[in-house]
Amino acid sequence: MDKILLIIKREYITRVRKRSFIVMIFLLPLLILVMGVIIGLVANSSNKIEDQNTVVVVDNSGVFAGKFHNIPNLTFQNSTSSVSDLKAKAKKTDFLSALVIPADFTRKDAVQFYSKDKPSTIVTGEIEKQMNDIARANELIKHHIDTAVLSAIKSNISLKTIEITDLGEQQTSLGAMIGVGIACSILIYMSVFIYGAQVMRGVIEEKTSRIVEVVISSVKPFQLMMGKVIGVGLVGLTQFAAWIVLSYLATKITGSVQHGPPTGIMGALAALQTIPFGPVLGVFIFYFLTGYLLYSALFAAVGSAVDSETETQQFMFPITLPLLFTYILSVSILFQAPNGSLAVWLSMIPLTAPVAMVLRMPFGVPGWQLGISMTLMVLTFIFAIYVAARIYRVGILMYGKKASYKELVKWFFYKE
Amino acid sequence: MLSIRNIVKQYAAHRALDDVSIEVKSGQVFGLLGPNGAGKTSLIRIINQITAPDSGEIYFDGEKLNQSHIGRIGYLPEERGLYKKMEIGEQMIYLARLKGLSRDEATRRLKVWFEKLDMTSWWKKKIEELSKGMQQKAQFVATVLHEPDLIILDEPFSGFDPVNAEIIKDEILELNKNGATILFSTHRMESVEELCDSIALINKSHKILDGTVKGIKNSYKNSTYFVEYIGSPLIFNGNEPFDLLEEKSSEDDSHVIKIKLKERSTSNDVLQYIIPKVQVNMLQEVVPSMNEIFIEKVNQIS
Repeated sequence: MDKILLIIKREYITRVRKRSFIVMIFLLPLLILVMGVIIGLVANSSNKIEDQNTVVVVDNSGVFAGKFHNIPNLTFQNSTSSVSDLKAKAKKTDFLSALVIPADFTRKDAVQFYSKDKPSTIVTGEIEKQMNDIARANELIKHHIDTAVLSAIKSNISLKTIEITDLGEQQTSLGAMIGVGIACSILIYMSVFIYGAQVMRGVIEEKTSRIVEVVISSVKPFQLMMGKVIGVGLVGLTQFAAWIVLSYLATKITGSVQHGPPTGIMGALAALQTIPFGPVLGVFIFYFLTGYLLYSALFAAVGSAVDSETETQQFMFPITLPLLFTYILSVSILFQAPNGSLAVWLSMIPLTAPVAMVLRMPFGVPGWQLGISMTLMVLTFIFAIYVAARIYRVGILMYGKKASYKELVKWFFYKE
Repeated sequence: MLSIRNIVKQYAAHRALDDVSIEVKSGQVFGLLGPNGAGKTSLIRIINQITAPDSGEIYFDGEKLNQSHIGRIGYLPEERGLYKKMEIGEQMIYLARLKGLSRDEATRRLKVWFEKLDMTSWWKKKIEELSKGMQQKAQFVATVLHEPDLIILDEPFSGFDPVNAEIIKDEILELNKNGATILFSTHRMESVEELCDSIALINKSHKILDGTVKGIKNSYKNSTYFVEYIGSPLIFNGNEPFDLLEEKSSEDDSHVIKIKLKERSTSNDVLQYIIPKVQVNMLQEVVPSMNEIFIEKVNQIS
């Protein structure tokens, strides 16, 4: 036991000391910081119209003329010129467009908008909004409703979704759930492979440098393998912990830079508050650990069977396939039906569960499903480690022998 | 010290060791000889508990070999190497701690060794910055740092330049003088005669010969002698106490003959027969070299 601790310590310290590890720790929160600022800037600017736009209004209905109000960078002009003249003019001039309103403007597609370039949706949206307001007001006035009353009942409504659960009404935001689900699944997918590959590279390094025989004259191959797997796993956890702390600080900083109503990243952050973070984080850590243990054991077995990294291809493909498959499917299927049968199955099968389950988690997963999936996960990773260890103990001593699948099976059945 | 009894090791279709028994006495320098692929490395791995035999037993100091003996054995594998990116001092300490040494004790002993082998300036260097010879030296230190009672060296001199090989050889002998038992495998026979007290010869997974180097050589003597004399050439008529095998003469009246004693004759009989006739300069028994015995034995079997 003492010796496995020594191995864990060595694996951990040599990796944590590396410059690349320290760079990675700061890189991700920095990226979040930069992204936050960019999103904030984009969100602020996207509500504004970029250039000075002039809309020439030809109103044949008599309802709208003079009732448009100008907003920054968008000016309305009434005109009685002929439509063809205006079209010709609009064709020649940037940011000049013609709005032609026929008498029967309520007919579908009756109102026409001519411009040289494709008009920005902000411009057309603004025009539609104003026209709707004007038309509605016009109708109401026709029915003798006071305009004073009208302005009083003008309201600005946007939807706030509230989910009814056992815990009471919970405010949730679909966008935030999707965001967290995707972020978690990408993070799990990448980290399982990144750290799994580190285990594999470590095994290959020990095998090609021939240190392995010296080490296993002191410790059991199983101890060496597990020491490496655990040590690298702890590196992963350290990285996550550092990211969480630094990301929190980063969002605090961006938060303090921005003022005013919650837009951009602050809006997103506000939405994130609605997600049950404790359970999501707990499940994330569980699936990272078990998924990592499962895959890194397989990676270790692969590493022991080859003499160089280039030879790993034939074994890597079938191992990486299930996770890759889930990862690709995640966006399309899990989204539409996070509790659909495919999503449920994928989150039960241990090879695909790490990605599938963390993706489903923000949407809420029934307890029994989580229970079955977690139990299977634990059983499978123990089994994987058992199989991997049997291949590993033989593989690390086989120099210069090209391993096939048949060979691996043979190794598995070797006596000690 | 080490009693290897009836070891059998089977790899799929290939039997690496077949009923091999070897006794290594405490304080010996024991040579494990055999052509490549004979099963030496398999046996050494079993002694190091890297693999286990299919049948047979090994006793270490009278106890059945077990994990507690790991710290008392030092092993230098034939395929050797160290962590390339790790600093050498740190790495030596790590390996010693895996053998059960405390950090302080390992550091203290390492300093002594580094001083002794002129390696003090290497402490902070990474293995990849060292030359091949330097790496081998470091690896040797790693093997013996925990002061093992049994040091197992698999082809220890391969890869060393002659200067370093000499240094390592001296260190091995000194460790032996201080009480360590040495077991090393080699196919370089000259080092065997120089270093070993006893040997075992393994060929095609069987032990085909073992014993003390002296004993084996004596048993391979076949009463053959070289005699050098000065004078007129001897004439042989068949009544001599020996048979003539070879005869060589040089210009200055000196002659060398190779003879084989007849039954129940001794070298004294030879001298008594020759001395009245010529002046004898030398009489030397022909002792086969280990190399000759090795080749003869291996060829005999195959």
